[in-house]
Amino acid sequence: MKEQLEALKLEALKELESVNDSKTLNDFRVKYLGKKGPLTEILRGMGKLSNEERPVIGQVANEVRSAIGNAIQSKQDEISRKELENRLKEETIDITLPGRKPTQGAIHPLNKVIQDIEDIFVGMGYTVEEGPEVEKDYYNFEALNLPKDHPARDMQDTFYITEEFLMRTHTSPVQIRTMEAKKGEVPIKIICPGRVYRRDDDDATHSHAFTQIEGLVIDKNVRMSDLKGTLLQFVQEMYGKDTQIRLRPSFFPFTEPSAEVDITCANCKGDGCRICKQTGWIEILGSGMVHPRVLEMAGYDPNEYSGFAFGMGVERIAMLKYGIDDIRHFFTNDLRFLNQFVRI
Amino acid sequence: MRVSYGWLSEYVDVTGYSASDLAEKLTRSGVEVDIVEKLNQGITNVVVGYVKTCEKHPNADKLSLCTVDVGKEEDLQIICGAKNIAAGQKVPVAVPGAVLPGNFKIKKAKLRGVESYGMICSAKELGMNDRLLPKEIQEGILVLPDDTNVGDDILEVLGLNDEVLELELTPNRSDCLSMIGTAYEIAAILGREVKLPLAEVSSSSTIAADKISVKNLSPENCHHYSARYIEEVSIQPSPLWMQNRLMAAGIRPINNIVDITNYVMLEYGQPLHAFDADQLNEGHIEVRLAEKDEKMTTLDEVERTLEESMLLITDGTKPVAIAGVMGGANSEVQAETINILLESAKFSGSSVRITSKKLGLRSESSLRFEKEVNPENVTAALNRAAVLLSQYANGKVADGIVEELSVQNPATNIEISLRKVNDYLGTDLSKEDVKHVFDRLHFSYTETDESNVVVHVPSRRGDITRDVDLIEEVARIHGYDHIPTSLMVGVTTPGSLTKEQKIRRAIRRILTDEGLHEVINYSFTHPSQIKLFPGMYAESKHVKLALPMSEERSTLRTSLIPHLLDVAAYNNNRNQADVRIFETGRVFLTEEETLSRLPEEKELLSILLTGKRETAHWSVQENKVDFYDLKGHVETLFEYLGIIGLEFVSASPNGFHPGRTASIQINTGEQNIELGWIGQLHPSIQQEKDLEEVYILEIALEEVYKLSSFDIEYVSLPKYPAIGRDIAIVVGQTLQIGEIVNSIKETAKELLESVSVFDIYTGEKVSSGKKSVALSLTYRHNERTLTDEEVTELHSKVVEEIEKSFNAELRK
Ligand SMILES: [Zn+2]
Repeated sequence: MKEQLEALKLEALKELESVNDSKTLNDFRVKYLGKKGPLTEILRGMGKLSNEERPVIGQVANEVRSAIGNAIQSKQDEISRKELENRLKEETIDITLPGRKPTQGAIHPLNKVIQDIEDIFVGMGYTVEEGPEVEKDYYNFEALNLPKDHPARDMQDTFYITEEFLMRTHTSPVQIRTMEAKKGEVPIKIICPGRVYRRDDDDATHSHAFTQIEGLVIDKNVRMSDLKGTLLQFVQEMYGKDTQIRLRPSFFPFTEPSAEVDITCANCKGDGCRICKQTGWIEILGSGMVHPRVLEMAGYDPNEYSGFAFGMGVERIAMLKYGIDDIRHFFTNDLRFLNQFVRI
Repeated sequence: MRVSYGWLSEYVDVTGYSASDLAEKLTRSGVEVDIVEKLNQGITNVVVGYVKTCEKHPNADKLSLCTVDVGKEEDLQIICGAKNIAAGQKVPVAVPGAVLPGNFKIKKAKLRGVESYGMICSAKELGMNDRLLPKEIQEGILVLPDDTNVGDDILEVLGLNDEVLELELTPNRSDCLSMIGTAYEIAAILGREVKLPLAEVSSSSTIAADKISVKNLSPENCHHYSARYIEEVSIQPSPLWMQNRLMAAGIRPINNIVDITNYVMLEYGQPLHAFDADQLNEGHIEVRLAEKDEKMTTLDEVERTLEESMLLITDGTKPVAIAGVMGGANSEVQAETINILLESAKFSGSSVRITSKKLGLRSESSLRFEKEVNPENVTAALNRAAVLLSQYANGKVADGIVEELSVQNPATNIEISLRKVNDYLGTDLSKEDVKHVFDRLHFSYTETDESNVVVHVPSRRGDITRDVDLIEEVARIHGYDHIPTSLMVGVTTPGSLTKEQKIRRAIRRILTDEGLHEVINYSFTHPSQIKLFPGMYAESKHVKLALPMSEERSTLRTSLIPHLLDVAAYNNNRNQADVRIFETGRVFLTEEETLSRLPEEKELLSILLTGKRETAHWSVQENKVDFYDLKGHVETLFEYLGIIGLEFVSASPNGFHPGRTASIQINTGEQNIELGWIGQLHPSIQQEKDLEEVYILEIALEEVYKLSSFDIEYVSLPKYPAIGRDIAIVVGQTLQIGEIVNSIKETAKELLESVSVFDIYTGEKVSSGKKSVALSLTYRHNERTLTDEEVTELHSKVVEEIEKSFNAELRK
């Protein structure tokens, strides 16, 4: 009987080798381990055995049963693994097809640059002031030390509405309005972004409407060296820590001394290239110490207070920053242009 | 101002500095040099030749065969095509091996069988600007004066071995509109001295006052009028060197008299005028304002109608010049002129400016007067011109100056303290440093005490009137590079954006996150665009520019929509059919036809959607945007901005599709505030703009800013379960579902947590004129679990109310 059991085990294990799917495996289990299977039959015949033989054979029979059982289990695992593999293979998709992209719009590059500049100055303790685009001659010119028929008015060709009202030619009137509203209080630390207008024919570098950001600081003991320090800090945050500035004497009716401000060319790092016309420097700002006449007219005693002001063209900054070659792009709003500013 | 380097070096020693060195130094100290122009343009080997013989070319009618002495052993045989060539002339000759402008190389050549060794040149061929050439030498070869030396380098003869610095002057530096003024600036930068030109007049025995007289009837417009009388001038071309300098400065030589007045103007910055004295009534000059509609013919042969504000020079009987702007044809110096009245005056800058603007006449003279000439130069320039007239026109200068001086030049003395200089600039200069700057500028000064000096500002620097102007001079000459950088002392201030600025940024961020692009449009528009789409402020009058550059940009916008439509059309025409854009910008409103106060500037938000809803994708069906896409943007935006009470009310304003438009309102509990409109663009405008279906929105931001809130108040999460019930009903097709929703809310009250529409159907399965609507309701109590019976009872009330109010039929 022992031999019979061993033979059964061998036979079963041999047959199991050719089983390859869950169904056949189940049939196999029923065939060998089921109630009508040969093992059950053999065990039934155990009653005829002697008392000595019975535990020995019983042990052998259990060993055979568990050997077959274990073999079935490992076969089962193998089949499940294969079946899963096959299913996953069938589920394969074409990952080269394009994804469904949520669309992302872009803030207009001019506003993006304004926001960047605002953030830098807000970080330096400034507030942001705004004012009307249609202005009084007084705020746009006279209060800025540009009386009627002053030759310097030629520097800015103006769109007049009436003799008294005009499209502001710079955001400087916001400075005057802020000073008037502050009624002699200090400190004033503001920047004023906004749209301005000049009688210019539109071309690649001129626009009848463009955007400015100006800054104004008024306090006791404000020095020209503070202006230099402030602008240096600004350009280094805007253009990188290596950026240097250079001030050149200039003239604005509302500042004295006045200075044009150049920064080292970001393209060539000062070596000279096409963009900076081989000078290594690029002009980006006008600035100066607030003219005492402007302080006086706005109600600040120039013997007690001093201040500085600066201004820049946002289009120019954006054109330099992004390498845009035509100012008209900003106002044409071609989606192929706008789409390029989606990135943060 | 065009400054000849060679000429400049007569007034200040520039040894050791090239023209471009000077340009760099000037630019860095505040006088910007635009370009440095080399006048020689690459010319080599062009010399003065003497035409010994000139005969007809044996084989060509229009060519001449010349023998030319160029100072070498052998004469050259040269063929020349110019009509004006003749034996005995001195001419510029490009010898074989010469180079002309444009790298044009001269070789020996054979012309119609005859050898030609070089070329006789015209002024144009030498690269000279023909606009500046005297008329008689614009055509043909350039004939040089007889006293020119044969064999001399033409570059020397014509002053072309020179460079010109073109100054881009700011309005305050009119002192540099003169060679002497520029020389002072260079002297200050280089620390050198200025040499002034010779102005010692030797007079004849004639007494000027016997011949001429001056009367100034307008002392407020003419501060100083001075004149000299010069007899028996001989009119001829001015010397070549003078012509060369005038041309280098951009002025065309005319004759010796006119050239001398221009030359002295360039030297001193003081415009002069020469009258033919015999054309003046008894040599009299009377300065007065013009009469209304008075007429005179100016030098350019144009008859001008004058206004009462214009200052005239007359001879007591007729106008002979418009003061400071242009002379009259009737008293012009001509070939026959014998005696001259030479004028040197100081007219008020604003008077000349207004006149020249009104007449549209700007001249070298007017642009100098406009910026106020140096009063001290009135006499100096007059004398200098008299010297040159006796030298180069053989004139006899009568004794004395005839003048009327009505406004004395006040001395400008400014006290300045060392402390103020250093406090203002943030520098640490010593008194010696500061004095050194004034020495270099040739400003004299008096030391009042340890730290103060009184600076006596010379009259050439009329721009310096206050201590800060002197501080600028110190900074500029000391060098802006030497000003340190510092951080402000004093109170630190917190920086921040206002609520409005933060919300504007939030709107930009929300809308761009939803895929919309921000655009920026001009404020100016065509009046027809306002008419086409009046927008919310149709009752506003329009703000118009006084002198627009075009009708297209003549009027300030009252709505942002027309430009957005143009942007959509622009992009559609470039194969970009899907346009989703927004703009925040200002419109300009007024109740007045002519402004007497500032217009109201309202900030608006406008959105435009057209084209497909989704980005094209192989798995997505293409749907066009509709009203609900735009409405969704508004709903999300207001949710994010913390604005509650948003309501849409049917409306049919101008410019919109009457059945697909709503007024956007905020119900504050007390009142409804209208913010703007949302809807489909009216199909007729759509057609006019050649667009597909367009959805637009325009709202005023002022109220949005007020109503927005960034405050977040946490509401605890529900502890008790919700119970859901659905309703399916059939109602009339035109019934607005919002009415059903409102009815549900009113009936169910606070136990209703939410209600949403999940299906709308019209078609075969419902009878015509009807639609089937499916709604999903969620009930919840915040403090306990609702029972099924409770909800069933409440829900049947809700259903009953709907059935009753809307004649609805319940679908089972
Ligand atoms: Zn560069």
